[in-house]
Amino acid sequence: MGYERQADFGTPEVRSDTQVTLEIDGRAVTVPAGTTVMRAAAVAGGSIPKLCATDNLKQFGSCRLCLVEIDGMRGTPASCTTPVTEGMKVHTQTEKLARLRRGVMELYISDHPLDCLTCSANNDCELQDQAAAVGLRDVRYGYEGAHHLAAPTDASNPYFDFDATKCIVCSRCVRACDEVQGTLALTVEGRGFGSQISAGVKSDDFLSSECVSCGACVQACPTSALMEKAVTEIGKPERAVVTTCAYCGVGCTFRAEMRGEQLVRMVPWKDGKANRGHSCVKGRFAWGYAQHQDRILKPMVRESIDQPWRAVSWEEALGFAASRFKAIAATHGNNALGGIVSSRCTNEEGFLVQKLVRAGFGTNNVDTCARVCHSPTGYGLKTTFGTSAGTQDFDSVEESDVILVIGANPTDGHPVFGSRMKKRLRQGAKLIVIDPRRTDLVRSPHVEADYHLPLRPGTNVAVLSALAHVIVTEGLVNEAFVRERCDWDEFQHWAEFVSQERNSPEFLEPVTGVRADLVRGAARLYATGGNGAIYYGLGVTEHSQGSSTVMAIANLAMATGNIGRRGVGVNPLRGQNNVQGACDMGSFPHELSGYRHVSDAATRALFEAEWGVKIDPEPGLRIPNMLDAATDGLFKGLYIQGEDILQSDPDTKHVAAGLAAMDCVIVHDLFLNETANYAHVFLPGSSFLEKDGTFTNAERRIQPVRKVMEPLNGYQDWEVTQELARALGLDWNYTHPSQIMDEIARLTPSFAGVNYARLDAEGSLQWPVNDAAPDGSPIMHVDGFVRGKGKFVVTDYVPTDERTGPRFPLLLTTGRILSQYNVGAQTRRTENSVWHAEDLLEIHPTDAENRGIKSGDWVRLASRSGETTLRATVTDRVAPGVVYTTFHHPATQANVVTTDYSDWATNCPEYKVTAVQITPSNGPSEWQEDYAAQARQARRIAGSAMEPAE
Amino acid sequence: MSGKTEAKLVYMANQIARNLKFEPHPAAALADHLRAFWTTAMLRQLFAHLAVHGDGELDPVARTALAELAAGHAPPPQTRATDPAHQGADAG
Repeated sequence: MGYERQADFGTPEVRSDTQVTLEIDGRAVTVPAGTTVMRAAAVAGGSIPKLCATDNLKQFGSCRLCLVEIDGMRGTPASCTTPVTEGMKVHTQTEKLARLRRGVMELYISDHPLDCLTCSANNDCELQDQAAAVGLRDVRYGYEGAHHLAAPTDASNPYFDFDATKCIVCSRCVRACDEVQGTLALTVEGRGFGSQISAGVKSDDFLSSECVSCGACVQACPTSALMEKAVTEIGKPERAVVTTCAYCGVGCTFRAEMRGEQLVRMVPWKDGKANRGHSCVKGRFAWGYAQHQDRILKPMVRESIDQPWRAVSWEEALGFAASRFKAIAATHGNNALGGIVSSRCTNEEGFLVQKLVRAGFGTNNVDTCARVCHSPTGYGLKTTFGTSAGTQDFDSVEESDVILVIGANPTDGHPVFGSRMKKRLRQGAKLIVIDPRRTDLVRSPHVEADYHLPLRPGTNVAVLSALAHVIVTEGLVNEAFVRERCDWDEFQHWAEFVSQERNSPEFLEPVTGVRADLVRGAARLYATGGNGAIYYGLGVTEHSQGSSTVMAIANLAMATGNIGRRGVGVNPLRGQNNVQGACDMGSFPHELSGYRHVSDAATRALFEAEWGVKIDPEPGLRIPNMLDAATDGLFKGLYIQGEDILQSDPDTKHVAAGLAAMDCVIVHDLFLNETANYAHVFLPGSSFLEKDGTFTNAERRIQPVRKVMEPLNGYQDWEVTQELARALGLDWNYTHPSQIMDEIARLTPSFAGVNYARLDAEGSLQWPVNDAAPDGSPIMHVDGFVRGKGKFVVTDYVPTDERTGPRFPLLLTTGRILSQYNVGAQTRRTENSVWHAEDLLEIHPTDAENRGIKSGDWVRLASRSGETTLRATVTDRVAPGVVYTTFHHPATQANVVTTDYSDWATNCPEYKVTAVQITPSNGPSEWQEDYAAQARQARRIAGSAMEPAE
Repeated sequence: MSGKTEAKLVYMANQIARNLKFEPHPAAALADHLRAFWTTAMLRQLFAHLAVHGDGELDPVARTALAELAAGHAPPPQTRATDPAHQGADAG
């Protein structure tokens, strides 16, 4: 598409069963009751001048530009605050209105710089447009009096400037921060002529304030007062392409606004069904990594990992990789090979990688990084409900009455959905937070949890058993729902179990550390408070009982009847952009696309007929098993697309040993990541801006990813995988990812109705999309569970074997923060590091004082697995006995400390519980120094003076 | 196979057994789980462990499950998560 601003209807859409017909400038228009005159005029194709109104904010009625005349009504009401009535007759263009509007506009312009030709918003400025619309030709007031034309510019934010001289104090930025983002960082300071926009208190600038840089204010600004620095530097965009963000599992839709081949800005698309026009600091601004100088654009190979890299042609690299893999298969058998599907790449690319492993390598040794995040979700929800996915769409939260958040920090990890959740909470929904830390949701402006259950890490199942105990023993079960929808015998077995005294809140209080009265209150609220929705994250799954916890959550939802309609449900907040999709695409070693087990002969026959090869009916190795087998000399070759297992997987030393034991590791990535230190072949990857395909978000929403610029490395990732397949002798001839999606649809019942034409026409589709659900499935299990009867599973609390003791008396839990993303490969290469330049260890004041530690001190973090050093920050966000850190920086390598304990059902690592000791330190650990030296050595490129930075 | 890997597999089998304790038929559920999610090579390592070490380190439920699998008795699926017959058209 060319460049044009998104349509703005002035005030938000209103939903009503009642329709109202009125007449605007002689034309009849019918709109839902409650709609404003301004919006009705826009729906009718007209346009009423406006400045303070925009359709993602509530009407405000301050600019006085949108005045209209209405028959039978006195004066000139503001159209943005006047609701339509049946038979109303509205006049938007009269001589009186023109005079009034010109007068208003004249006042605005009298205190505004007249530098339009050199302004960054020239020809993309609502003030400029409205001045033209009202026919302003002359300003009678000079600049001799008081004005704001010398006001300073706040350039502190790395992504946008606030130029107060351009500000018309329309409050759109303040309202966007309040209503859309929910941070309430901005305010109008002063009164009357002295009013000015302020970030926080007067001494704050944007960077030092509580602003989270979501960009909502910049998007709302009708002038260039708040403007992206990139627009100022590059110029106004010329074209826009709608695509999907490549950060978290929310899956925000953006307009990539381009000037030539240069990306100018990413603007959230108002029609995006996941984000509804909102964004966070990562998706909105942190895309600079895609053009970062660290990107490797030419393939490289080396005989062994102690040698420097050698840049070669694609032919040589692919030939080298293929010959090594063929040699491994000939010597050690097909099962000595494997592959890892990226949860950051597209569905089509993931499908091709697992196809390459199964059809090309001849093994089921394929896995995905969901192994280390949401594999327990797949197991748990499949077992209880019959579907390995969340039950709701994001819009559902608007109808929730009680929101239970367990093991998730949505304002940091899934910020756009976090904002939508906070909006619902500000409207009055109740909130229960189950988390060892006092996350922002527990208490932040206009949001406060009704119950915060600060449990001891590793006791999720015990807390959920205690909640279930209260619900069952106090008669709060929705028996009608359970009898109709669930297996009654299994329910009774479960109810008898949770009713036992050993599952009571009082009995478990010493185990969980949570006061029994809080548990009882939370259980009563969830069971009786109306629509109850559960949202959870990796604080649920990344435990030795991750799968049990997911099933315990499902049990609670079924017992209370909170499944199968809007406002309720069980909602896993997926970590990466395409975790859901990677799992859907058959990336697990035991199942083909659509979660069908490889042992199922009928399913295998489908794929064998399509692919012309036999498929192994036995499950393959999971990632940790691949590494174990490698250290045993049984696993020799691994193709890794878009995942940095050395930094992201637990027990770094073991991962390194496994990689070092292989004959050929192929890393296919944007950067020389940590894993590449142990690789023999490097295949350059393409960013999400350089490819076509689809991502599937946490709502099961399949969304288009569109190429907005040519791949810097020359090939999209699906093309690279295809070339590797061809080098291995496979006759693949895809010319566009739509053909891969067609193959997915032919082979996967839940994707049967998905194709690119429909995605282009409808924007997105939520699977299953098939004959039973031709328009997709926003809400699952509406008339019954996919598996038939809902299955209650007894989830006995089994304490983790990772125990504290005299040597390691504290519990470490890990997580991520707003400005950085996972291993940081993307966000560390952006200005986001301004907010988080290093991983910090949060430690409670009591534990810090006992160890003589102050904020900013270097500390040694040691566990049974290893040790590292980082700086401490003393805070009561964590409870005594608990410490917390992030894993965004390779210099810290938090995972050198985490252990190889994992979920019993899926081997998802137990990142969230590690027994550690903290002691003062004066510098990097020996391991860190050795690692840095090895990394320097491993990243050498022959003939290059520069060492690429990780 | 290293002793470390063998010990890890024994640990994993015992851990699964502990978590399936409340299934109506724990040994059958464990056998089903191992058959569905473990490679044949991993199972063989445990069979070998069982042959050498007898009833040493393995949980009794795990021993029973492995003995069943070693004898070639494929158990009927105990949970729908591992039952391909119930992963039909819309099971996605």
